[in-house]
This record gives sequence, C-alpha cells and structure tokens, in this order.
Amino acid sequence: MKQTTAVGSPRLRSRRRHDVGDALFLRVTQAFALAMVAVVLLALGVTARSAWPAVRAFGLGFLTGSTWDPVADKFGAWPFVWGTLYSSFLALLLAVPVGVAGAIFLSELSPRWLSGPVSFLVELLAAIPSVVYGLWGLLVMVPWLRDRVQAPLNGALGNWPLFSGAPYGVSMMAAALVLAIMILPIITAVARDVLRAVPREQREAALALGSTRWETIWRAVLPFGRVGVLGAVILALGRALGETMAVTMVIGNRPEASISLLNPAYTMASVLANEYAEATGRLHVAALSGVALTLFVITFIVNGLARWLVWRVAHRAGGSR
Amino acid sequence: MRRWFGLGILLAAVAAAGCAGGPGGEGAPPSGPRPAPSAGALRLNGAGATFPYPLYSRWFDTYSREHGIQVNYQSIGSGGGIQQLKNRTVDFGASDAPLSDEEQKEMPAPVIHIPTVAGAVVLAYNVPDAPKGLRMSPEVVAGIFLGQIKKWNDPQITALNPDVSLPDTAVVVAHRSDGSGTTYIFTHYLSAVSPDWQTKVGAGKSVSWPVGLGGKGNEGVTGVVKQTPGGIGYVELAYAIQNNLNYAQVRNAAGQFVEPSVVSTTAAAAGSAAALKRDVRASIANAAGAEAYPISGFTYILVYRDQPDLERGKALADLLDWAIRDGQKFAPDLHYAPLPAAVVKINEAALRQLNYQGQPLLATAP
Repeated sequence: MKQTTAVGSPRLRSRRRHDVGDALFLRVTQAFALAMVAVVLLALGVTARSAWPAVRAFGLGFLTGSTWDPVADKFGAWPFVWGTLYSSFLALLLAVPVGVAGAIFLSELSPRWLSGPVSFLVELLAAIPSVVYGLWGLLVMVPWLRDRVQAPLNGALGNWPLFSGAPYGVSMMAAALVLAIMILPIITAVARDVLRAVPREQREAALALGSTRWETIWRAVLPFGRVGVLGAVILALGRALGETMAVTMVIGNRPEASISLLNPAYTMASVLANEYAEATGRLHVAALSGVALTLFVITFIVNGLARWLVWRVAHRAGGSR
Repeated sequence: MRRWFGLGILLAAVAAAGCAGGPGGEGAPPSGPRPAPSAGALRLNGAGATFPYPLYSRWFDTYSREHGIQVNYQSIGSGGGIQQLKNRTVDFGASDAPLSDEEQKEMPAPVIHIPTVAGAVVLAYNVPDAPKGLRMSPEVVAGIFLGQIKKWNDPQITALNPDVSLPDTAVVVAHRSDGSGTTYIFTHYLSAVSPDWQTKVGAGKSVSWPVGLGGKGNEGVTGVVKQTPGGIGYVELAYAIQNNLNYAQVRNAAGQFVEPSVVSTTAAAAGSAAALKRDVRASIANAAGAEAYPISGFTYILVYRDQPDLERGKALADLLDWAIRDGQKFAPDLHYAPLPAAVVKINEAALRQLNYQGQPLLATAP
C-alpha cells in the first residue's frame, strides 16, 4: 500500500476522481464476493430448515438407518451415503491412474502432431451431456458388462464378497465405470496443463544429470506438479460426488449398502433426482432435504480434506526444495 | 469515459438484482394469483404432473385458439404442483395421486379433485420365445413383485399359459426409481389384490420395493426390461404401445383376462362409478366389470372450491367443464382413456360447487 503522492493540482484532481472510482469498484466487487458467500449460507440455511422435521424425527439414526420407506414414513439415508462415497472412490481408483498417465503422455512424450488431436478429443469427452453417458451406459455398456464381465466374474468368484450377488448389469460396477469415464477428461486436461507448466529447467537439469526419461518424469516433473495434479483429482472427485443423471440410469437404484460390485446401489444425488419432484408427504420431503443437507455437508468435508491435503503436500514440497 | 460507462452498467446490474430479490420473496403473504396484465387477455396458470402433460398441452393449445384464454401449464411434477397450489401461485394444480386426508388438511382451503383422464399401467416383459399377451393373475403379479416367483417356468405362471413353453429363466424385476403416478397406480393395484403386499409394502408414488432394479422413468424401466432376458417391469400404456413392447393380459375382478387398452381402461373407470360417487379420490384398481383392465387409475386437477376472483374463477370453471367434455375426444389418440359418462357427471357436480363468495361460477347447464 505504499504510494508516491502526486504533486501539482491537475494530477491531484484526477487522483481524487480515481479514488472515488476505486472506492466504488472496491465496494461493488466486495458486494459481489459477499453475495456469493451469502448464497452458499442461504442455501445451507434453507436446506437445513426444510430438513428439520426429519432431523427431529430420526436424529442421528437418519444417517445410520438403512430403511427408506416413504409409505411407512421411515427414512434412513445410510445406503445413499455409502453409494455416493463408494462409487466416487471406485471411479477415482479407475480414472486417476489412466488420467495421470494420459496427461504425462500428452505433456512429456507425445509427438506434437499427436498431442493436439488427442487433447481435443479428451476435452470433447468432457463436453458430452451426462444424460448421453447414462443412455450409452444403459443401452450399450450394461449388456456388455453383464454378459462379458459380470457373469464370468460371478461364476468364478461368486463367493467373494466383492463379486457376490447376481449379474444384472445395472450395478455399482456400471456406475463406477461411467463415472470414471466422465471424470477422466477433467483429470487428464487439468493434469496435462499442470505438467506443461513445469519449468523446462527442471527437465533439463534432470537430463543433464544423466536421468532416463522415466526418471526425469518421475523424479523431476511429477513432484513439481503434484499439487496441481492433486487439484485435478479433487475437481474430478467433486464431479463424481455430485453426478446425478448418468449414475441414476445405470446404478439400479436400490437402497442397500453393499460391498459387492455387482449389486445395484443408490446415491444421494440420484434419490433426490428420483423422488423430489413427486414427493408430497411432509416427512418424505423433509427426509429428501435431509439427504441434500448430508450431501452438502459431505461435499464440504471432502473439499476441506482435499484443501488440507493440497496444503500439506505443497508445504512438504516447499520444505524439501 | 469508457471506464465510467462500464461502472454504470455494473451499478445498474446491481440495482436490478437488488430489486429482483426484494419484494415477494419466500414467506410473502399469498394474496391470490396475480391479476392478468390486461383484462382482455386472461391467462390461467397451472402446474403439476408430467404424466398427463402431452394431453394437457394439446387441450390448452386448442382451448386458447377456440376460446381466447391462454393457459400456461408447467409440468414440474405433482409435488411441485400441489406446493404451488398451496402457495396460491397457480390457479390449478395437477397431480397423479389424490390428496390424502392429511394432505387435504394441510391445504389452506377446501380443494376439489377433478379426475381429467384415466391411464393404464401395463406389465412389459422380455422372456425369450414367449409370445405377446402372456396371461397373469393377480396372485402371479403380486408374487413376482414380492420376489416369491423367481423363475419364468414357475407352476403358477405355466398353469395360466398352458400353450406356451416358458423357459427356466430367472425373473428380473424392474420398477420405477423416480416417484410417479405410474407407481402409485401399480402399487394401489397390488395392495388391492394382495394382503401380503399391503402389509409388507403398501401403496404410494415411491415405495420400498422388496426386490428388483430401479429405472428412472418409463425409459429407464424399459431399458432394464429390454436389456435383461427374463426382465419384467411396469410402464404406462402409451409408452408400451409406442415402443412396441410385449405386455401381459391380466385377470380382472370378474375373472376375465383383459388386454390393456384405452377402452378397457375406460371400462375400469366406469366399473368404479359407485365408489367414485362417494369419494372421487377412490382407487379404480381391480375394478368391477368383465371388460375392465384392473391396473388403471386417474390423473387429477386440483382447484380451490372457493375462488378468490370472480373473473378468473369463471374462466377456470369453463375451462374444466370443457376439458371433461369436449377435451375427452383428444385422449384416445394419445393413449389416454377418456372418462366414462358416469365420471363426467360426478365431475360436473363437483364443478358446480366452485364459487366466488357463494356465487356459483359454472355457467348454467347447457
């Protein structure tokens, strides 16, 4: 905030005009920034208020209960919480290695004539509407998955908890696969940009020390960009947690928490999309608001954890340098 | 100069945003539907169910051309329609299910139900080598959806279809995952025919299914059924016809196997006339009559009995009167079942109750 004061009256006058403009600009931007905070708080407040009857009726049992019965007015959200977390986790497990490997190829190894078209196609993947993924998943992927993957898996390893149940096609596995495809372009595109931004000196130094290409990437490039790569993963996680349409169409919408990849499951976003429009019972609406509130809070927690992780990694990277 | 111009725009935007957020927010006292912009162009507003939307949009389009009254209908789902009626932001709500006694008590004023059209729910199946029109009894349908009948060659099914050789394929049940009038009609039917279903599951727009996979919308259920050998699910009649699905004949209360159609659905509505006369909200599932298709139900328009505005109330009464008479001829083309004469009569009596401060709104009998 150190400023050299201008001398001479004409310039002084113009500075005053500047002051008015600056002050106004400050106020306006400030108002907008605060408005965004207000929107978040308002959304949280309104959701919490409409969820209140369910919170009062079920207490903590709302989060741990596994019965979701709108006819008997009994609501427990655990299967949805589990479904959301499990499907997002599985999707990350599939998409992170592929996405990061793709990003490394595009930024480090690919010849220039190839990286342009490939990047374009990967980004195109991100532009496809989720309902298209859902329909493709239901009509193309699910039958293939059922006959070629699930039936053999279930036949050979059916007594493992992970592959127990019946091979229906629509399942946790189908949801995780569709989600993985949907978040892949986010991870790839962001991580590629991050890796490209790594200074050239970093690579040159490693090569000059006699590193192989693998060592250069693994020891010099990736560590430099790991905060950014982590950021890409978090963005992808955010998308996976909130994805609704595509998941709803292939997950089977069965409110049961199960470890099996073959069993149908349900997510928080899906149950909201499915039941909110036609919900008329007071407690039913409140319970759905409760699910929304839970999703809100879980997203908050996951984002907070992710921020903390980024901070930790950045901190350590800074220390070791 | 330019900078100031930009700032001006910014300020104008802020001011506009401020105004928009100002009055009339949540909790503002409801003061009846907003008056029409000019007396000449009266515009009625409605919101609710998506199931009858294709028919309603045809109706309101035709009505505005013939009678010069615009009707704006938002198909946002029954829940939203009832909510908007409760807040008095619309002139009528539309719902695939009637209000329960409890819901009716929560409304700020007495509400009248007008069944506008009937619909059928069919059992679509995908059984390798099975013909169209498999026969099913109420016990079989309930058994399948309770998870008690697990194979297609179960003796209960084969006994009804002696001429068909059914495979040893597992039955895979598909149901709607989204809350829907279709589910409401189907679960009401199951509750009516199976005490077991009634105690274990019950009826509603969303229920806790004992078995099966949930698909979103008719297309989601159809997707599962079509993709899964041995699949069976319930969908709207119109959807099944348009998509050329195989669907079952179901044995009705009179012991006849009836194919779902617009005609057999209207017959079900006619067969329930006595119960509807007592309470128009009564279910028409498993209706009496040899021709009646048992898995049938109505969709409703809900209006306040005591209208807050004379002119709008009159326009609304005229519109509904037109819909239950002239409007019915548009129904069969869109695979909705027109109301039988008995139900039109019941509706007419209900519309006569519409009033503005005690003054009836419906023009005297034609």
